[in-house]
Amino acid sequence: MLLAVLSGFIVASIIPLIGKWLKGKWSVVMTMLPLTLFVYFLSLIPSLPADQHLLASYNWVLTMGINLSFLVDGLSLLFALMITGIGVLVFLYTSAYMKGDAYLDRFYGYLSLFMGAMLGMVLSDNIFTLFVFWELTSISSFFLIGYKNESTASRKSALIALAVTGLGGFFLLAAFAMLGTIAGTYSIQEMIGSGDQLKEHPAYLPIMVCLFFAAFSKSAQFPLHFWLPGAMKAPTPVSTYLHSATMVKAGIYLLARFTPVLGNVPEWNNTLLIVGGFTMLYAAFHAIFKKDLKEILAYSTISALGMLVFLLGLGTSEALLAMLVFIVVHALYKATLFLVTGIIDHQTGTRDTTVLSGLRKVMLPVAIAGGLAMLSNSGIPPTIGFVGKDLVYASTLSSEGFAIIMTVVAVITNILLLYASVLAGIKPFAGKLPSTLENTRLPEWRLWLPPLVLGIAGLVLGFFPHILEGGILGPALNALVPSAAEFHLQLWHGFNFVLALSAITIAGGLLLYRFFKPGTGASAILAKLHKTSPENIAHLFNRNFRVFATRWTSVLQNGYLRIYILTIVFFLTALMAYKSMTKVVVSVNLNKVSPLTSTELVVMSILIIAIIYAVYTPSRLSAIAAMGVIGYCVCLIYVFYSAPDLAMTQFAIDTLTVILFVLVLYRFPNTSTIQVGRSGYVTVWFHWFLDRWLPS
Amino acid sequence: MKLLILRTTANFLLPLLLLFSLFLLLRGHYLPGGGFVGGIIAAIAFVLHAFAFGLRSTRKLLRVHPISFMPVGLGLAVFSALLPLLKGLPVMTGLWLDEPFPVVGLVGSALLFDVGVYLVVLGVALTIIFTISESV
Repeated sequence: MLLAVLSGFIVASIIPLIGKWLKGKWSVVMTMLPLTLFVYFLSLIPSLPADQHLLASYNWVLTMGINLSFLVDGLSLLFALMITGIGVLVFLYTSAYMKGDAYLDRFYGYLSLFMGAMLGMVLSDNIFTLFVFWELTSISSFFLIGYKNESTASRKSALIALAVTGLGGFFLLAAFAMLGTIAGTYSIQEMIGSGDQLKEHPAYLPIMVCLFFAAFSKSAQFPLHFWLPGAMKAPTPVSTYLHSATMVKAGIYLLARFTPVLGNVPEWNNTLLIVGGFTMLYAAFHAIFKKDLKEILAYSTISALGMLVFLLGLGTSEALLAMLVFIVVHALYKATLFLVTGIIDHQTGTRDTTVLSGLRKVMLPVAIAGGLAMLSNSGIPPTIGFVGKDLVYASTLSSEGFAIIMTVVAVITNILLLYASVLAGIKPFAGKLPSTLENTRLPEWRLWLPPLVLGIAGLVLGFFPHILEGGILGPALNALVPSAAEFHLQLWHGFNFVLALSAITIAGGLLLYRFFKPGTGASAILAKLHKTSPENIAHLFNRNFRVFATRWTSVLQNGYLRIYILTIVFFLTALMAYKSMTKVVVSVNLNKVSPLTSTELVVMSILIIAIIYAVYTPSRLSAIAAMGVIGYCVCLIYVFYSAPDLAMTQFAIDTLTVILFVLVLYRFPNTSTIQVGRSGYVTVWFHWFLDRWLPS
Repeated sequence: MKLLILRTTANFLLPLLLLFSLFLLLRGHYLPGGGFVGGIIAAIAFVLHAFAFGLRSTRKLLRVHPISFMPVGLGLAVFSALLPLLKGLPVMTGLWLDEPFPVVGLVGSALLFDVGVYLVVLGVALTIIFTISESV
């Protein structure tokens, strides 16, 4: 198990050695890594009876209770299968998509790293291990988004993604630290036992807020969603892998994982409902106004993630089942659409929906994949998407409270998403092939096979949903709701209200597509809205913060040593002044002072004269000479008080220091009399307080 | 020609100062002295030489870059600290030979440590001064 999780990291660290060899035609070999892992995780399914967990634990940091403990239950296995399964296709796709890229080996290294981090995250049972892997996904995704490092926009969006998800990680650590302290354990499974105690604890709300912040940042929920469309600057395989199927679901996974521990509290559910519901509507509205294929997909992904959060917020057993099914559905169709988009981009060089059309004539397999994905996305039978959508409507309808509002929200979102899916999955292939695109060719099989496999998988699972049901979804639901009832996924439920809603959705979406054409007016309104969007606010904050930081630095870190020393001494003096004025009673017991000998008197007078001279002389050379005199006087004082050892060292050091000073003298800037005077006052002041302070 | 007196003196002073620094180093365990001050005196001796004859000839005299004294000194100090481990004693325990050496006196791991300090101080001081005087 440890090997399975770490294999991604191991491979990533080997890649620099074999990179040259890998860059050539052998890049397909990399596909073996996710494939092996996928088969391995598939083989775990039968050994996963509904109520048992496979736990493997390795000691890591024993003294802090941090173990590499991995838990395989339905939920983690579902995610692990998705990560590795889609990983296989993405790795294969990459080998053709990035063919000839100068840094293909590096890219595979990042991908493997990311896959390892993702697997580690979903399989971890120890919260701190989970946190470490969570951060690793952020970091590896930073490299992947910023892969085209010569492009400014790409670098910038990578940085934004890292900043947002990194901030989320910070909150996650806070939440975990509180959780661990209160529950007294770092194991999530053990926390479930003390769930009630956690929910009544006064720190429950802070924990919840921190956890939500982390999950929302990763899963691109409003108002932290803006990094996701920016992340579309990444190469398409990255967008497919990270931003549709896996990484953005990390937040969903986190929320799902902690539902048994912290869930079923009104605050928990309502927050998720509001945030998820708003996000899915907001993003779906944005999606239909976009023209770039990838942007459409980005916003529809945010919307889908919103729906997942929304379903988690409903929190009923049916809603959680709907969520699990929808995770699979979404991963399948969204990955397909991204891959299809990548092919279109790769072959035609454009992603503009207003230009693309009629491509089915030149790339039929791709068109089939796109069509299948669109069917599943739209929830048109007989795809798995239809099953998923049915479950969503069934769970909103049966929810307590605002069942109607929730259902309406879900229906509207789905209508808009359907519009977006038609735009992305059908529009580029339908209609007449424009003359500009006539030279387009069907790409090689490594490009078109992955989306086709995913599209067909959506169809097959639609016909036979029970493939999913017993093996994986059952245990997964059990992990969320231990007392979940038996369920059966069905394609056909008979004629009922849910079916009617589905029909409304499909009809609504198609009508919308038929009659609605986003005009310039709508775009203008959106542009206006953009000014107050969270993205813009964040940018504004960034800009102003940088200006502030620059000014702050130029004041504090001005590069003048003399100013630094002046400041330090000034504040020390002020502090001492404050202390000695307020609390300290200074008294010198004159009776105990030893009598002053004449030699001491002479040395002291020389010392004082030298100090004053050193402080106020305008000539540096004489100041240094005076410093030397001061040093030797101090040596003599040491000798008087019988510390020859100290005196000797001081003597030698002083000699060296004077030499050093003479050497660097020429490098000093010219100082005005004002500066000398200013330094002099501070110095004398300092010494005055030092003298007052020392006797006490 | 101006430097004639300085050069003549420096020629005599360099070995004398170095001897003095060794003297301080060796007596340092019981009497005033030690590796630190010894190292500084040695550094002063070389700096004096550099003033009189120029930096290049001092570098020639030293043969090695003064920066290389630092790792040797640090290594010696660490070695002397770890030496007791071989005998199963805690780190930094003082070990002493039974018989005193002629001239030097009792020799122990403390002396080794002091030699390390001597070399580090010499290396640091010379590196700083040489670097600065070269860049001026």
